[in-house]
Amino acid sequence: MADTLADTANEAAAPLPEYPMPRQSGCPFDPPAAMRALPAERPISRARIWDGSTPWLVTGHAEQRILFADPRVSVDEHQPGFPHQSHAMAETLDHRPLTIFNADAPEHTRFRRMLTGPFTLKRVEALRPAIQKITDDRIDAMLAGPKPADLVTALALPVPTVMITELLGVPYKDHEFFQRHGVTAVDRDATPEQSRESSTALVTYLAEAIVAKMADPAEDVLSDLAARVKAGEVTVPDAALMAVVLLIAGHETSANMIALGTLALLQQPEQLALLRDTDDPKVVAAAVEELLRYLTIAHTGQRRIALEDIEVGGEVIRAGDGIILDLPSANRDAEAFPEPQQLDLTRSARHHHAFGFGIHQCVGQLLARVELQIVYGTLYRRIPTLQLATEIEQIEFKHDRLAYGVYELPVTW
Amino acid sequence: MQVEVDESKCIAAGQCVLSAPEVFDQRDEDGIVVLLAERPGAELHDVVREAAGLCPAAAIRLAELVEG
Ligand code: SF4
Repeated sequence: MADTLADTANEAAAPLPEYPMPRQSGCPFDPPAAMRALPAERPISRARIWDGSTPWLVTGHAEQRILFADPRVSVDEHQPGFPHQSHAMAETLDHRPLTIFNADAPEHTRFRRMLTGPFTLKRVEALRPAIQKITDDRIDAMLAGPKPADLVTALALPVPTVMITELLGVPYKDHEFFQRHGVTAVDRDATPEQSRESSTALVTYLAEAIVAKMADPAEDVLSDLAARVKAGEVTVPDAALMAVVLLIAGHETSANMIALGTLALLQQPEQLALLRDTDDPKVVAAAVEELLRYLTIAHTGQRRIALEDIEVGGEVIRAGDGIILDLPSANRDAEAFPEPQQLDLTRSARHHHAFGFGIHQCVGQLLARVELQIVYGTLYRRIPTLQLATEIEQIEFKHDRLAYGVYELPVTW
Repeated sequence: MQVEVDESKCIAAGQCVLSAPEVFDQRDEDGIVVLLAERPGAELHDVVREAAGLCPAAAIRLAELVEG
């Protein structure tokens, strides 16, 4: 009796869950079990973050959709009460310029339009032959080289990096420089000095390239930005910063999807066979959407703040309340995706939130789709005997990084 | 079915073009949506509904007309 009472009292005063929650041992592709339960139990709840504040935690797919689309939900990180990712993010607030990430409409619209031209379906489709060629070249090199090979350095990282050089319009010969500094700028093992040095090197390089494109434009992103500098819409440093954002966002995310997706597929050979045995682009495209849903590598929660009171899902979010939209759990919401824990490449998953939703949805999503379609659609057909060259227990996952993934993926064939 | 697009809301995510290339296109310079067919045929209604549902910026509005 006494025990029961004590338990009840404990439960009433139970501390709020900490966010982010660690992924448990077990399936490394699943969000933490407690997070997976939330969409059905409490699609909108509260959680405690690093600074002790208790923002709303939104895990329901439908509820996320509503909030992502609501103009009263802001990304303005300067608002008091904003649920920052980390102590470092809160501390460096004043040094961060206004960018596409932290601006609301109408400023956001202005930034966004400067970047969208190169990411239309037509321009991205035109890159298909180039992406196919670099994929085939890298696979040729892998097959010719020693085994086992690390899939991250052999394929996952080079493909998007080369694409970014094409898209930005910088010489391919400089891709080593991009890759090195792009990795170091966001490397967890780099010292703050190293990562600042790498960022500065990239900004300087891209600023010089933009100035050069002002005199000699071509059909690429840097030329688009150069034209806007000429028109007085943006300064050279701001334009260079946008280019760096594209460079890093572009290759880190696709690279993680390629390696992590391959690891997931190697664990589920009957799913991998669906990709290996098809040359139907529709089948491949659907498989990519499902892999995006299942893996949802943007796993640290999209951060927002309410500018006015908002009623949603039976709760009232007050003006000034922080909001965290956790994408992996919404992508495992059974209301939106029946049997959500199953990787099922044949399901229809295009309404996933892997790229977010609302006006901040990923700018480069069409390019990412095409890259993934080509790599997943080619790799297993060309190397049908592909297998892991280590135990899955030995693989180190990027738990602490903005994008989930693996650091290395040793494979053989 | 009557389709309307709001260019000022569009963020050029291209979801509509992926779903229904017969009905939506994107402007070359900035990817803003271009409506190709205001009254698409019945065989396209499903993909147009999908496009409207996937548009992240709620830039596509559909009015169902009484067909007859
Ligand atoms: S899906 Fe919506 S935001 Fe994207 S291009 Fe089409 S209308 Fe614009």
